[in-house]
Amino acid sequence: MMEIISLLAGGFAVAFEPLNLMLVIIGCTLGLFIGAMPGLGSVNGVAILLPLTFLVPPTGAIIFLAAIYYGAMYGGAISSIMLGIPGASTAVATTFDGRPLAKQGMADKALTAAAVASFVGGTISVLLFTFFAPPLAHVALVFGAPEEFALMLLAFATFVGLGGDDIWKTIFSICIGLVLSAVGLDIISGEPRLIFADITGFMHGINFLVLAIGIYGIGEMLWTVEENHKAGGRSMLSEATVTVKRTIANLRELLGAWKAMAMGSFLGYFVGILPAAGATPGSLMAYGIAKQISKEPDKFGEGAIDGVAAPEAANNAASTGSMLPMLTLGIPGSPTTAILLGGMVIWGLEPGPLLFTQHADFVWGLIASLYVANFFAVVINVAFIPVFIAVLKMPFTILAPIIFVLCLIGGYAPTKDLHDVWLMIIFGIVGYLMRKLDYPLAPAVLAIVLGPLAEPALRQSLLIGDGSFNIFFSRPYSASIMTAALVLMFLPVFKLIYDKMKKKPQAAEG
Amino acid sequence: MGITKRAILGLTCAFGMSAALAGSALADAHGGWKPKKPVEFVVMAGKGGGADKAVRLMQAIIAEDKLAPVPITPVNKPGGSGAEALVYMKGKNGDNHTIMFTLNSFYTTPLRQKALGVDITTFTPVMRMAEDTFCLWVNSDRKDINSVDDFVKEAKAAGNKWIMAGTGKNSEDNLLTDFLNTAYGLDMKYVPYKGGGKVAKELAGNNANSTVNNPSEQLGFYEAGKTKPLACFTPERISLFKDAPTFKELGKDFVYFMQRTVVGAPGMNGDAAKYYNELFTKVFNSEKWQTYRKKKALVGPALAGDALMDYWKKERDIHKKMLIDMGAIKG
Repeated sequence: MMEIISLLAGGFAVAFEPLNLMLVIIGCTLGLFIGAMPGLGSVNGVAILLPLTFLVPPTGAIIFLAAIYYGAMYGGAISSIMLGIPGASTAVATTFDGRPLAKQGMADKALTAAAVASFVGGTISVLLFTFFAPPLAHVALVFGAPEEFALMLLAFATFVGLGGDDIWKTIFSICIGLVLSAVGLDIISGEPRLIFADITGFMHGINFLVLAIGIYGIGEMLWTVEENHKAGGRSMLSEATVTVKRTIANLRELLGAWKAMAMGSFLGYFVGILPAAGATPGSLMAYGIAKQISKEPDKFGEGAIDGVAAPEAANNAASTGSMLPMLTLGIPGSPTTAILLGGMVIWGLEPGPLLFTQHADFVWGLIASLYVANFFAVVINVAFIPVFIAVLKMPFTILAPIIFVLCLIGGYAPTKDLHDVWLMIIFGIVGYLMRKLDYPLAPAVLAIVLGPLAEPALRQSLLIGDGSFNIFFSRPYSASIMTAALVLMFLPVFKLIYDKMKKKPQAAEG
Repeated sequence: MGITKRAILGLTCAFGMSAALAGSALADAHGGWKPKKPVEFVVMAGKGGGADKAVRLMQAIIAEDKLAPVPITPVNKPGGSGAEALVYMKGKNGDNHTIMFTLNSFYTTPLRQKALGVDITTFTPVMRMAEDTFCLWVNSDRKDINSVDDFVKEAKAAGNKWIMAGTGKNSEDNLLTDFLNTAYGLDMKYVPYKGGGKVAKELAGNNANSTVNNPSEQLGFYEAGKTKPLACFTPERISLFKDAPTFKELGKDFVYFMQRTVVGAPGMNGDAAKYYNELFTKVFNSEKWQTYRKKKALVGPALAGDALMDYWKKERDIHKKMLIDMGAIKG
């Protein structure tokens, strides 16, 4: 314990060097805007800025990139809330309730909740990182394919009932998402699937952002156009303002969301440390569980503050968590840490179990800078809230074309393929029609995120276990996660039976 | 429109413009062909893999030493075991601003998927930057396995319960697993994972019994004493693992490398090809690249021009035979 504290103190000495401190502040600010640009996200931001980092020593370089990664987690919420377009895949869950809040004229409340929750998630996760890194690295190491699949099933289970009342429509939506996620290269056989007469654009699969920006960006815009038309061109969006009184009221209301934030922080961190999962499943799961444990689950999707706080706490916590497998196992916990790993090669550092002892300066400098980055990110973010609110006061006729352009760029940026832009527009129109017909869209997005993670894990497990599902129940971690997933999945059914049984005696009395 | 709104619009625009400006550095005018716009460096694999890391390192070397007048921008096209990248390059016929970093899927993917219509001999050879090596690895917890003989004994006893993790079906790892199965009469089960880093971790976490990783992928775990190499598929012992014999020493004449090569689009202008050849000669000779080669146990001299093309043809024939032997394609 004392040793950790002295190492951390050394790390703070590194983080507070003027150059590093400056890099943290610049990185957080840059990250905020990179995250807020739809489709740009932390992956592309870090990849673009990576070559710049050889100008500074390795520790400064990783601090800079980590600050961008971190800032982008804060920034991702901004366009999710204001424009209804997830700025990054990690911020999708934030749109579910953040956008409705903004539409009710309470964008300031949603933005404050996102910033504070991010801070809480970030802080809790860095504390966990500081004190429990080695034992957790061991968990990440023994986590194999069966455990991964069990975790993904758990994520799906948390989403049962998320889509509303019509269970069939929810299942339909999940299936659409799963089919879309199956497009592209089959990881086990290596053969291309569903590429429609060898259209090369399908070879790389359907990027999750293409669906998310299509449905939430373009679809949402079409929806807003219709609503505005009905309302005679007036929208509630512009009602948000920032005053001291409102901010205090917002913060007070946030106190009530402490449970969602704490849950999101721990869950996000643990999902984040698992290789290949990353912040996106973490934030989606946090949203699902926040709804399950909430006293007012009906408010979710209509503008529940818990629905913003939980995923935002989780995605920041997960971004810290995913640094752990990167540093100790040399494998990325998220796409962004994959790029950071590339950076470590350029700087001549060998990630692996020995990094903590051989390059203690580097590791502890990074950890300490996460504390610092967290502080600056929340300050910068809160300072910018009035500016972001001002954007919403723009007339929709000006805002809409800007959003549309941002959507197109966002669809193009990850793969640099126009094919994806066309696909996105089609998804936008289909998404709008589905919404008109009252199909829930969130399950489709969840499926396209988790599908590509769950499928290889399932098939690898079955290969190892000779096609028997026993493999999921014969390993301790996997068995316990699997049981939790099954219980969660059938919980709504039990609830239904329980409610019916409770109703019957009452009916008899009456 | 208020000042704040303008500020935001301005910020958004400034962001876009600065990105655009960064891409339009001017070419200087003296001597020969020079790229006029940013050069796309296609990676045949996903972000964060071995190939991707090498490309980003080369990008950094070129930028740091100011070897090129324009930025080199990596673009990942991992789909279909490189099929996506190959088809993309084929479509760039005659383009002087697109280069690609290839692996052995450069041979195997066109062989397996004739429908792609990719003929690798039409591509422009630029430079082979290295050859990566392969070793047979087991977890250090297996105190009972210290040689290939021990390995064969244990794997034989386990039958098809012995799990060999690798990087995808019909990949380099799959070819090597098939070789071991045939050479030693084993029945190991091959389970494909996404990426060599993941494979290495599965072994260190005891979720697989053995792997045939590149040294660079296992290095972190090896140095921490979590995994150990039993033997390597190289002509001579790798200096990093002096105790691990080669399969050649053990009487199995099997040597296998993975190329790490820069290739240009088909039909590239001769002057442009010369330019890239000179550029990557400088990268190859840079201290950073040489250090990287040493640290990652990369071998093989630089190879360019006709010599590289001959190497491709030879390797393609070898891979064709291996794929036929394992039943992945028909003869």
